[in-house]
Amino acid sequence: MKSSFQKFKESYFLYSFRQDKVAMASFTAIIIFILLALTAPWIAPMNPYDANNIDIMNAEIPPSWNEGGEKNFPIGTDNMGRDMLSTMLYGLRTSIMIGIGAVSLQALIGIFMGLSAGYFGGKTDAVLMRIADIQFSFPYLMLAILVGAIFKMVFGIGRYEQLAVPLLILIIGFAEWPMYARTIRASVMREKNKEYVEAAKVIGLSNRVIMVRHVLPNSLTSLMVISTIQIANAVMSEAALSFLGLGMPVTMPSLGSLIRSGFDYIFSGSWWITVFPGILLILFVLAINLLGDWLRDVLNPKLYKG
Amino acid sequence: MNKDNTILSIKNVVKHFDISGGFLDQLRLKKGKICLEKTTVKAVNDVSLFIKKGETLSVVGESGCGKSTLARVVLGLYPPNSGEIHYGGKRIDNLNHEQMLPFRKKMQMIFQDPYASLNPRKTVQQTLEEPLRFHHPELSGNEINDKIDQVMEQVGVDQAWIKRYPHEFSGGQRQRISIARGLILDPEFIVADEPVSALDVSIQAQILNLLMKAGRERDLTYLFITHDLSVVRHISTRVAVMYLGTICELAKAEDLFAYPRHPYTKALLSAIPVVGAKRAKQIKLKGEVPTPVNLPTGCVFHGRCVYANQRCINQIPALLTLDNGTQVACHAVEENRVIS
Repeated sequence: MKSSFQKFKESYFLYSFRQDKVAMASFTAIIIFILLALTAPWIAPMNPYDANNIDIMNAEIPPSWNEGGEKNFPIGTDNMGRDMLSTMLYGLRTSIMIGIGAVSLQALIGIFMGLSAGYFGGKTDAVLMRIADIQFSFPYLMLAILVGAIFKMVFGIGRYEQLAVPLLILIIGFAEWPMYARTIRASVMREKNKEYVEAAKVIGLSNRVIMVRHVLPNSLTSLMVISTIQIANAVMSEAALSFLGLGMPVTMPSLGSLIRSGFDYIFSGSWWITVFPGILLILFVLAINLLGDWLRDVLNPKLYKG
Repeated sequence: MNKDNTILSIKNVVKHFDISGGFLDQLRLKKGKICLEKTTVKAVNDVSLFIKKGETLSVVGESGCGKSTLARVVLGLYPPNSGEIHYGGKRIDNLNHEQMLPFRKKMQMIFQDPYASLNPRKTVQQTLEEPLRFHHPELSGNEINDKIDQVMEQVGVDQAWIKRYPHEFSGGQRQRISIARGLILDPEFIVADEPVSALDVSIQAQILNLLMKAGRERDLTYLFITHDLSVVRHISTRVAVMYLGTICELAKAEDLFAYPRHPYTKALLSAIPVVGAKRAKQIKLKGEVPTPVNLPTGCVFHGRCVYANQRCINQIPALLTLDNGTQVACHAVEENRVIS
């Protein structure tokens, strides 16, 4: 009897992973980014959230290799005197947190809607998918501006700072669930006419059990592919919202709000405030997308039957 | 006919499928008027038959004649449009999910395609223990394992393979596992929907023998759906021949093969290849099977039948019971116009 670890070691999945240099590189990059984000409080030179550490006199110090750079701030400081490196690490942390949170919410809503629509078909399908279409036709930025504005008015700017993360997760989660719903629905419709579903019905299992235990596990591959790509999308959405000033507040910057705060200073020569977070964001999103592409190629049953 | 012996009876079952699609697809322009028109596939039309305990009733017919639909209607996978299904004297076609559960234990199904009928993400053990855990929650883990071992031994699957996934098995082995799933609840009645037609010829005989052996040992009743006439001859007690959703002949297996009555049955039987001996002249039917969307009037076979006359075009023939118990739905047989 082989253990599941041994099986994994001999699987086509791992084999093709080791054959593909791009996949390995992007996977390593993602792991490094996530580790950096998780360990930010310990490895960052300073805590950018703590006002006591910040000295406004240190504002806009260029990277250490430039004229006027300081050793304490290897890639310079931002307009408020925060160390760029530390702020970026914390920002990456916030971005990843929002990305994963939003994708979990999307997955939750999308799986429920897509599974019901695909499995029951007919009127249920029509109603749920029209809701998804309406949601899709509504630009999420408009929704975000509206919700954000109402939120700020109701709770005040002070409370908004604390509630920004869950609010962004909610906005991005609700904006993009139709992507999940459509993907799941398509694969459920493919699976539900197979004979093993009929066999489960003959046994007498209820629809709920058949949906969750038989149909859903067979739709997991497409779920995995879309999840990776959606995390990248969610991080980008968050950056876009923050760039527009609707996302994370300046006191708790994400990568997007860092880029935005540097944007005001870019023409006065302080390019590093925008460029470094921008590069980090691009690298992170690119790595996720490359890994997602590879996953799609490997798990696509039309290219490889497993 | 001993009524008490009847395990399942089907009365005037009709099953039509609506394939007309959405509202816009149904719009038609007729004589300057816009109206909605539904397109239905008439898969099963007014089929009545009964199955006696312990027998194997085979349903044969070409592709698309409604035999698989009949099987699924019997098991309640599709609700019939009209008609009744009685199991052990109780009507089952109008029961809800919970009321149906006691019958689910007694009626099981074996599917055609062993590559699609096993969930690819479940091991053999998970596939086999699911029905047991669902219907017998009182059983302990050991009792369930004993039961699985026993059934796996009966169907000839090595118990050591219990932790494997379906893709690790060949078609024949998968079909054995599928049969094991059908047998594990100790059913009385099994619907086998073309259980060997997806298999290699060398495996077909093994699986058929396995089914027949299990049938003898467990005193099972089979409703056997197939298009393979040589299989039918080998295993059946009685045979029903279906054409375009209706039964044209229902007879004991030996009678049907020796003295086919219905013109369609004659043509069907004459198409069986014979090894060695020179076979009798094959009856070649003209034309093709009409579409089940627009059924022919009268006898559904009239367009291809050499004996067809005006009555066949106008009137639907009823099942007629002959002296030897054979039932035939044919005006020509009734009027003695068929030359055998």
